[in-house]
Amino acid sequence: MEIKREPLNGLTTPSAITAPSDFRARQLQARDMLRGDLEGEALERYVKESVLTTTVEKAVAWSQGNSIWPLTFGLACCAIEMMSIVGARVDVARFGWEAFWASPRQADLLILSGRVSVKMAPVIRRIYDQMLEPRWAISMGACCSSMGVFNNYALVPADKFLPIDVHVPGCPPRPEALLHGILRLREKIHGTERDGWRERYHAVGTEEVLAEGTSASDAAINVFPGGDTAGA
Amino acid sequence: MPDATELELTAHELRDRNAESILGTDFGRGDRAVLLVNPAHVIDVLTALHAKGYTFLASLHGVDYYPDEPRLGVLYELLDMQNVDRITVKARVHTDDPRIATATGLFPGADFPEREVYDMFGVVFEGHQDMRRILMPEDFEGFPQRRDFPVGGEPVLFTYNEETTYGKWS
Amino acid sequence: MALDTADYRRREESITYSAEPAGQGETHELLTLNIGPHHPATHGVLRLLATLEGEVVRDIKPIIGYVHTGIEKTAEDKAYWKVIPVVERMDYLAYYFNSLAYCGAVETLLEAEVPPRAQYLRVIHLELNRIMSHLVWLGTSALDLGAISMFWYCFREREKILDLFEMTSGQRMHTRYFQVGGVMEDIPRGFEAKLRTFLADMPNRADQYADLLEKNQIVFERLHGVCPLDAETLLSLGVTGPLLRAAGNPWDLRKAAPYCSYDHFDFKIPVGTVGDNYDRYRVRHAEIYESVKIITQALDGLPEGPHITTDRKIALPPRHELATSMEALIHHFKLVTEGFRVPPGEAYYPIEGPRGELGCFVRADGSAKPARVHMRDSSFVNLQALTPMVRDSYLADLIATLAMLDPILGGIDR
Repeated sequence: MEIKREPLNGLTTPSAITAPSDFRARQLQARDMLRGDLEGEALERYVKESVLTTTVEKAVAWSQGNSIWPLTFGLACCAIEMMSIVGARVDVARFGWEAFWASPRQADLLILSGRVSVKMAPVIRRIYDQMLEPRWAISMGACCSSMGVFNNYALVPADKFLPIDVHVPGCPPRPEALLHGILRLREKIHGTERDGWRERYHAVGTEEVLAEGTSASDAAINVFPGGDTAGA
Repeated sequence: MPDATELELTAHELRDRNAESILGTDFGRGDRAVLLVNPAHVIDVLTALHAKGYTFLASLHGVDYYPDEPRLGVLYELLDMQNVDRITVKARVHTDDPRIATATGLFPGADFPEREVYDMFGVVFEGHQDMRRILMPEDFEGFPQRRDFPVGGEPVLFTYNEETTYGKWS
Repeated sequence: MALDTADYRRREESITYSAEPAGQGETHELLTLNIGPHHPATHGVLRLLATLEGEVVRDIKPIIGYVHTGIEKTAEDKAYWKVIPVVERMDYLAYYFNSLAYCGAVETLLEAEVPPRAQYLRVIHLELNRIMSHLVWLGTSALDLGAISMFWYCFREREKILDLFEMTSGQRMHTRYFQVGGVMEDIPRGFEAKLRTFLADMPNRADQYADLLEKNQIVFERLHGVCPLDAETLLSLGVTGPLLRAAGNPWDLRKAAPYCSYDHFDFKIPVGTVGDNYDRYRVRHAEIYESVKIITQALDGLPEGPHITTDRKIALPPRHELATSMEALIHHFKLVTEGFRVPPGEAYYPIEGPRGELGCFVRADGSAKPARVHMRDSSFVNLQALTPMVRDSYLADLIATLAMLDPILGGIDR
């Protein structure tokens, strides 16, 4: 495939833009535009060159997804791995998520890093309720996703009392795995989420829950109609 | 570690002080010396051992000997730091109204472990200042470490069963 | 499902609170302040109920159990060798120590011999784990004192140790490397060279930490002479480990009752003098150097031989034997399906963890599952010393003291 570089919409070349005199001229033009002095052909050309149109939702989502403040909140083993994503090797600051904040009122993201006991669950729910919208929650590790190896009297899975956006598997997950989960959450916030392995392997029809209007006989083998696992 | 003879000598010595205190001795693998004591006189025995040099309470924990009776056991792992010598004091109590005197007067460090034994096995330590549950929530019913308490657990939520499983958040 | 907050309050009604204002006049007013369970300086989900008079802590009550996982109960439901990964998750910074305490108790009950090479490999990993635990402690404690860069430096070295763990076992944390009767696998090719590089590097790094912290007047003032506690009180409260050694008592199970061939190595026990926060910091910092010395000696004198016991009733046969030997196949099948049975009995196996005596009590009833597993976790017992330490000191010193106490909530609540 041939790749060609050409100026967009007849824009001047980058070197021309960076010329000081041109830069000053563009500044003045922008000031005129904001004052409402620009009109006619000059306005048309200005809009074509300089204005990027989008929806407010997209712009907000873009900024939200690139500057998340997670809550400083550690539960158990996974908390140590959560701390190490701030470290030099994984460095979550590359994505603008490194501002771990101690107050739930200013935090956007709750990373449940560890096992949730029946004693801790109301506290976590309370912390989550204190967080302001928009807010997200990542369930990190097997324990708070599904109680992991300790499926016993003392624990409760996080899904039972909290809407979880991303589950990160592992016991404990590597920092890279948590970073992957964070990036998936960013895609989710941006509204560009993917279907994961189903998309990658073109595995259409392997969904566990049927879409509206399809019958079980049309679908793949592991679909349980109406959540009924008896036929599995 | 005291050998089997020394353990017997210690038991004799303690019986001389209080004839009803020692119910038996047990010398097990790994040179484990166990004194089986009458729960009514456990503080007596601990005081005597404390005077003998076992001044450090390394661990205090409960055991459920189901189906043997008396079912519950409270074990005191004592340590003599001068001679690097360990001895275990074991008191067995029944599950209906299990009571034993607190060792916090002798070993202040027994505070948390005794509360844990109460939390997990329901053994009440009489004279303890703060006999409450320590690990489980206050309103928890039952004593989870007893052998007749079920392990518990909940079904895991998947996409196919989240509509039917109890407790789906909404 | 909305939570009833009034109900939540009712559940905590029984937390009665009694402060002991020593010799205070009636003009002073006491304030009860709740710290935690979610607080960045409590090193986990510890909750502290503090009674303050102005800024002075008059009494403090730790409330724990917020990560109670029921690990001891779960362990009763699993075969002996499947318990190892479960107990490793108790004290999550000392996973090798947890598994050694448990394996040692089971080996005592089985009267199993551990080959010398396995013992040396265990020592190497234990001491690496001790350095790692102290690094995390140093990084997070410095964070509590306001020195954020220490955190990054300590976690940089921690990553190197975790790389070494990953080489031997494939996992960074909770490696399940120790087995009953030895270790899971021999060390891979290239491990020794990488470990030697690390060992050459680590003392210099520890020097750098000391340079960063000890020449800092703020750190010095926050630690020196703050919240001391004498050795007698610590012993009566059951406290062991660096806290006790900082108060001048050189009690260390590695020297006092050597296990796992610790008597083969030449190392020193760092002790403090008065037992204040500065001594606690210095003792742990000095232990990093001693651990490096132990690892170097263990690596130099690593004996040849099997890495796990050859008793096929306990340890899995090597993979290649399964294709040729019927007996190996039967042993493999029995071990994987049922696990090995342990003759009835009880054992308490104490070792020296990074935070003090870590003992594991195992009761066997003759079946393939333990009838009781109890871990005497050092953090659980050490936490009792917090109240006498911080009484009548400032609230800011409470944070520093808690950091120097190094509680691991996973170990406390189990």
